Amino acid sequence: MSAVLTVEHLSRSFGAIKAVDDVSFVLRQGELLALIGPNGAGKSTCFNMLMGQLKPTSGVVKLNGEKITGLAPRQIWRKGVGRTFQITATYSSMTVIENVQMALISYHRRIYSMLPYAHRMYWGRALELLDTVGMADQADRHCAVLAYGDLKRLELAVALAHDPKLLLMDEPTAGMAPRERIALMQLTADIVRDQGVSCLFTEHDMDVVFAHAHRIMVLNRGQLIAGGSVDEIRNNPQVQEVYLGGGMLFNAAEEKADA
Amino acid sequence: MGLFFAQLLTGLANAGALFMVASGLSLIFGVTRIVNFAHGSFYMLGAYVGYTLMQVLPGVVGFWGAVLLAGIIVGLIGVIVEICVLRPVYSAPELFQLVATFGVILVIQDLTLMIWGAEDLLGPRAPGLKGIVRIMDEPVPQYDLALIAITPFVAFALWYLITKTRVGILVRAATQDREMVGALGVNQSWLFTGVFFLGCALAGLGGAVQLPKGGADLLMDFNILTSVFVVVVIGGMGSLPGAYLAAVIISVLNVFGVSYMPKSTLVLMFLVMVVVLMFRPFGLFGREEVAGEHGQVGEPERPIKPAGLKIRLLVAAALVLLGLIPVMGSNFAVVLVTDILIFCLFAASLQFMLGMGGLVSFGHAAFFGGGAYVAALFVTYAHTPMELALILAPLGAGLAAVLIGWVCLRSTGVYFAMLTLAFAQLLWSLVFQWGDITGGDDGLVNIWPSAWASSNMVFFYLTLVICAGGILLLRHAAHSPFGYALRAARDSSRQAEAMGINTKRIQWVAFAFAGAMAGVAGGLFVFSKGSVFPNELEIARSFDALIVVFLGGVKTLSGGWVGGASFEATKDYLTRFEYWRLALGLLIIAVVILAPEGIVGSLRKLGERTGILNNAEDKR
Ligand SMILES: Nc1ncnc2c1ncn2[C@@H]1O[C@H](COP(=O)(O)OP(=O)(O)OP(=O)(O)O)[C@@H](O)[C@H]1O
Ligand SMILES: [Mg+2]
Repeated sequence: MSAVLTVEHLSRSFGAIKAVDDVSFVLRQGELLALIGPNGAGKSTCFNMLMGQLKPTSGVVKLNGEKITGLAPRQIWRKGVGRTFQITATYSSMTVIENVQMALISYHRRIYSMLPYAHRMYWGRALELLDTVGMADQADRHCAVLAYGDLKRLELAVALAHDPKLLLMDEPTAGMAPRERIALMQLTADIVRDQGVSCLFTEHDMDVVFAHAHRIMVLNRGQLIAGGSVDEIRNNPQVQEVYLGGGMLFNAAEEKADA
Repeated sequence: MGLFFAQLLTGLANAGALFMVASGLSLIFGVTRIVNFAHGSFYMLGAYVGYTLMQVLPGVVGFWGAVLLAGIIVGLIGVIVEICVLRPVYSAPELFQLVATFGVILVIQDLTLMIWGAEDLLGPRAPGLKGIVRIMDEPVPQYDLALIAITPFVAFALWYLITKTRVGILVRAATQDREMVGALGVNQSWLFTGVFFLGCALAGLGGAVQLPKGGADLLMDFNILTSVFVVVVIGGMGSLPGAYLAAVIISVLNVFGVSYMPKSTLVLMFLVMVVVLMFRPFGLFGREEVAGEHGQVGEPERPIKPAGLKIRLLVAAALVLLGLIPVMGSNFAVVLVTDILIFCLFAASLQFMLGMGGLVSFGHAAFFGGGAYVAALFVTYAHTPMELALILAPLGAGLAAVLIGWVCLRSTGVYFAMLTLAFAQLLWSLVFQWGDITGGDDGLVNIWPSAWASSNMVFFYLTLVICAGGILLLRHAAHSPFGYALRAARDSSRQAEAMGINTKRIQWVAFAFAGAMAGVAGGLFVFSKGSVFPNELEIARSFDALIVVFLGGVKTLSGGWVGGASFEATKDYLTRFEYWRLALGLLIIAVVILAPEGIVGSLRKLGERTGILNNAEDKR
């Protein structure tokens, strides 16, 4: 299988802190790859460099062999990368469906158009996308009044609007009830399988990770300390060490209620 | 060489009062994040209070005692203002505070007029310092030398207070990390009050100490305001050394400007500011401002929907009624409504950029006045017919907005607001000082509509068509993909950038569009009045528009024109009274505190509560 995303020696420091330290990996076509690690390991920093929100101190990111480091987020988005944020970012003054329509309008390069009514544009497609994430019945609700879990699902629908080749999801299930988490990851796994999307995600809930990830990488203090199949990681003593000295934790589903 | 040195001394002496006022403003901003537009008013109060005290207290001790007392009294007045007006709006967005402090300016102006009268007061000379000394053969007033000597002491005392005392350490901590101070268990509201006292006292001190040089008059507040803002912005908001350095730079620049380039002193000041901000967007010593620090007031903004059939019919009916005014009403009504329509378009253009884009511009008058002057200049020098001038006005204003927007949009929040203000002032000073071309203070006159539109009635219809059309166009733009993208950039620029939207460019286009629409209003304005004067570019004009948008309701689509109509009508009524500023100021403050949703927002709420309007979210 061909490599969709290639990361070579990626590093980023904040002052003296090396938030991400010489990280290299490859994400293959159709793969669902998990990036795990304790709080502050550098996962979000990594995501921000992949999508262009942060400039790396050094290192290269390639999308389908083409170098994308140094590009702005909006340019990387146009190349077919979608992302969701750890802290949800939605347009709170719009309705749910308008959030998705906005992405579609941008995808079709119509944002400078002043003639049509925006709320009528790409309505059908937007509803389809909302249906995919199970939000169709809430399409006309005001975004500001949604529950947190619903915001996360809306963000996923938005990230899918431009038929991305690569999906980056930073803690997609944070703040959701356990059953919702399983359902959302199942949905993501289905999308990856059915639409040929590749996906990199971070997650604190190990049940979710072990149930769905094709492959896992472990980040600790900015460095990749292990990578491999689910079974390899589950039984890796070094990884168990990092996670609170091993043992108990791989069953502890509620490690962190992230807000 | 001697003259040069003497001028340098004059500049340094002038820097004294400027520094005191600016450091007060800077302190207040640093700690409370309030841009106190009423700061010039406290400076003016200091001068008047000091004057009265000097009449009573005799001798050298009396003079300096009066200066000190004036500072303390003004500081106490500041405390009253802080507790009554600002405390309720600390958590609100900048705009609320701006409007509140603008209300304070109006109130203080009229109170001063009531107490001290309209006459300019000649400042008493300082006992013991009335003479002049010769330095390298040039005469230098003794009082100047005293000021030069005193200012470093004030600066040093302030520095000591801030860096060496416990209170100062708290203030600094608050400047750097406001949440932490709260966490330390310090009573934040009294810390704010204390800082407000200190800041206002400094302004009062500045006003009193300059009495022997400048006296006291009712225009002092706005006159110093511009320089003070320039100083604070150049130095960096919240930085004392920055304020001192910038005060010296600006004062010295002014003195030399007056002697060598008398026609461009004001322009020079703003040019320096623009250049500094282009290289250091947060001033010489300022720290980067985190955008989006300000909270929300009330409920989150609602989704918008184009008007339904019922509302459209209502609007059509209202337009027909307006159209009947020339037939039914008096000539006076026709002229008044023409004025109101023009103002409504101006306000609606600001509303578009401010409400939809979150771009709080303090200098929107640049484009209204700019459009007006473009039209007037073409008519005066090229005998351009009205029809063409009305097209050139928005083009000129739009072009200016493209250039100004390019610079201003490099920064955000308060600095964006300050930059827009600076550019408006730059344009104002250009127009004011290049009298050969622009007529300066005398303005440009005899600019009348083409023959066919010269009657009040025809011009009214022309205005009605253009203004109603413009407002509807702005409204439609809000519902178009462009308006949505603008709101997206405001709601979450992070998400917008991550979905292919170039947020800066969207805002830039919106800035230019709003500028051009303000230019349309400006063009109409010239022909309705037959003349234009520099005050169409003034801060006060920009503030009018801001207040109007605010009164109408920031988070509403119709806030601009509804506020504009109510404001102009109220003003027309109030200005018949002697102390109308007082009434208007109190009204503004009351609205800020009691009805922060504005007229449209409050009406909508009322409608929903009584069931006349229905709220989509309630039904589920
Ligand atoms: N803008 C920044 N400035 C300074 N330090 C930062 C910045 N962003 C992140 N860091 C630091 O970099 C390190 C990695 O942070 P990051 O947010 O990437 O961790 P994470 O793995 O996403 O953690 P979490 O699970 O809590 O989301 C942390 O030590 C953090 O304090
Ligand atoms: Mg993170």
